Amino acid sequence: MRRPRFALPVGSPLQILLLTCSFALAAYAGVQLLAGDWFGVAVWFVGAALLHDLVLLPLYAAADRALVKAAGPRRRWVGYVRVPAALSLLLLLVWFPLIGGQVTAGYASATGLSADRFLSRWLLLTAVLFGGSAVLFVLRLRRATKQRPPAVH
Amino acid sequence: MRRTPFSPSFWRSPLRGPWFTSVLGVVLLGGITVLFVTGLLSYAAYNPDLSPVNDQTPDKGILGFYLFSWPTDPHWLYRLTQGVHVTLGITLIPVLLAKLWSVVPKLFTLPPARSLAHALERISLLLLVGGGLFEFATGVLNVQLDYVFPGSFYPLHFYGAWVFFAAFVAHAVLKTPAALRNLRGLRQPPQVAEEERELVAPDPDPPTVSRRGALGLVGGGSLLLFGTTVGQDFDGLRWSAVLAPHGGADPGSGPGGFQINKTAAYAGVGAAERSEEAWRLTVSGRSGTVRLSRADLLRLPLHSSALPIACVEGWSTSDQWWRGVRLRDLAALVGYDGDTPDVFVESLQRHGAFRRAALRANQVADPRSLLALFVNGEELTPDHGHPARVIVPAAPGVLNTKWVARMTFGDL
Repeated sequence: MRRPRFALPVGSPLQILLLTCSFALAAYAGVQLLAGDWFGVAVWFVGAALLHDLVLLPLYAAADRALVKAAGPRRRWVGYVRVPAALSLLLLLVWFPLIGGQVTAGYASATGLSADRFLSRWLLLTAVLFGGSAVLFVLRLRRATKQRPPAVH
Repeated sequence: MRRTPFSPSFWRSPLRGPWFTSVLGVVLLGGITVLFVTGLLSYAAYNPDLSPVNDQTPDKGILGFYLFSWPTDPHWLYRLTQGVHVTLGITLIPVLLAKLWSVVPKLFTLPPARSLAHALERISLLLLVGGGLFEFATGVLNVQLDYVFPGSFYPLHFYGAWVFFAAFVAHAVLKTPAALRNLRGLRQPPQVAEEERELVAPDPDPPTVSRRGALGLVGGGSLLLFGTTVGQDFDGLRWSAVLAPHGGADPGSGPGGFQINKTAAYAGVGAAERSEEAWRLTVSGRSGTVRLSRADLLRLPLHSSALPIACVEGWSTSDQWWRGVRLRDLAALVGYDGDTPDVFVESLQRHGAFRRAALRANQVADPRSLLALFVNGEELTPDHGHPARVIVPAAPGVLNTKWVARMTFGDL
């Protein structure tokens, strides 16, 4: 018998067994998961991975790279912008339906609470995060200049 | 090749490496296990095997193998398990994102598969990443009442969890030993070391933050989300949950001013059908059917119990002081004296998944289970279920039916 030229090695048989077992369970649940709007669910399932890996991650990585580049020689201070920006965007990522007002009417009529507060609170939190970072930055800067020996001319 | 992600030198961050990924992986191993278990408990808390009206996933098959009669003790049980499920899930989001960031170069590794086992592992990773993001996304959207996902939340989140967990267990079995070795700093066997060196940038940029600093940012993000969410589970801390759906303020002041899941207006229950003249409670059982007005109910023995409202969406109230007729006294009224049966409860509400709910005998028998007429010393408000609502210790909020119209006692 001739072996194909580019035969794929089998690899660990234990790993194959484990993964086959995992696929069988995933398929058992997956049949029910796809029982309704199978196309919509598949789009969400695969789309979530693609959207994260090919859109969200490259976007924030590029933004961070741009920030570091813009900082130039002061790159060790980028954290004072990076940290509050990351935290603020994280809050937006998690709570965007409420902050963006996507669900205002339904939310208000279901819970009896006003949905207007979320945008203003997120903006306030963002202001606090950047403001706190600025205060820390000034404090560190002052300490750094105090610790530096006076320049001799 | 340097400019494409398929080249190792494309990835420049000096943070990536086995230690960073292992720390995040071990946190997720513990965290996601807790999420899965509390999720299974939440499903059990609905008593789905009691009646079809309690079960949103009737085709679950063996996935309901572990179901048991949900207890009524301690009375804060569901408040705890579901509060942990939702709050921990939100808290873990930065860890999940950081973990995915730390391993993203592996998505572009060439050749795509080194062996059959490796090819299967990469397919499994699609279920792991897609499944994880699917679960977190559906959960986060559902607690914000943003029902944009393709179907009903319960089956999507339930079956999605099993697909995700199948891939998660395989991944944990394959990776945990190496992760623990990395954290203990032991010497690695050469083949493991080679696979993990993929994560280390061969040509890194100069660092702008240390690995510990980066972990600090991830932890800080988790802490921020935790601190602005956990308050929606405590009346005294609610002010602190500034961005959480049931944080910040209560919907009103006074005895009925605590959190509401669905208002009377939202449920379409009008004032006319709740009025003293129109409303009658129909109670059926072994000895026939009785129809009771609110005045009739007030003549029955009234009892008090202090119980919370705990929602599947992860928010809860502190104990409220309810007053009403014991469910087991209503059962006795229709011929069940001493042998408390299950009960099927129907609301005035005409639409919505849980306008009908079934309670198990142990829930009916508990002396703290009431058909409540008052809360915190006042008449129930329309939004809290006036004229009468069910309140049962440790039960999920939706099983505490509001605007009750009919109760049918008997074995379901």
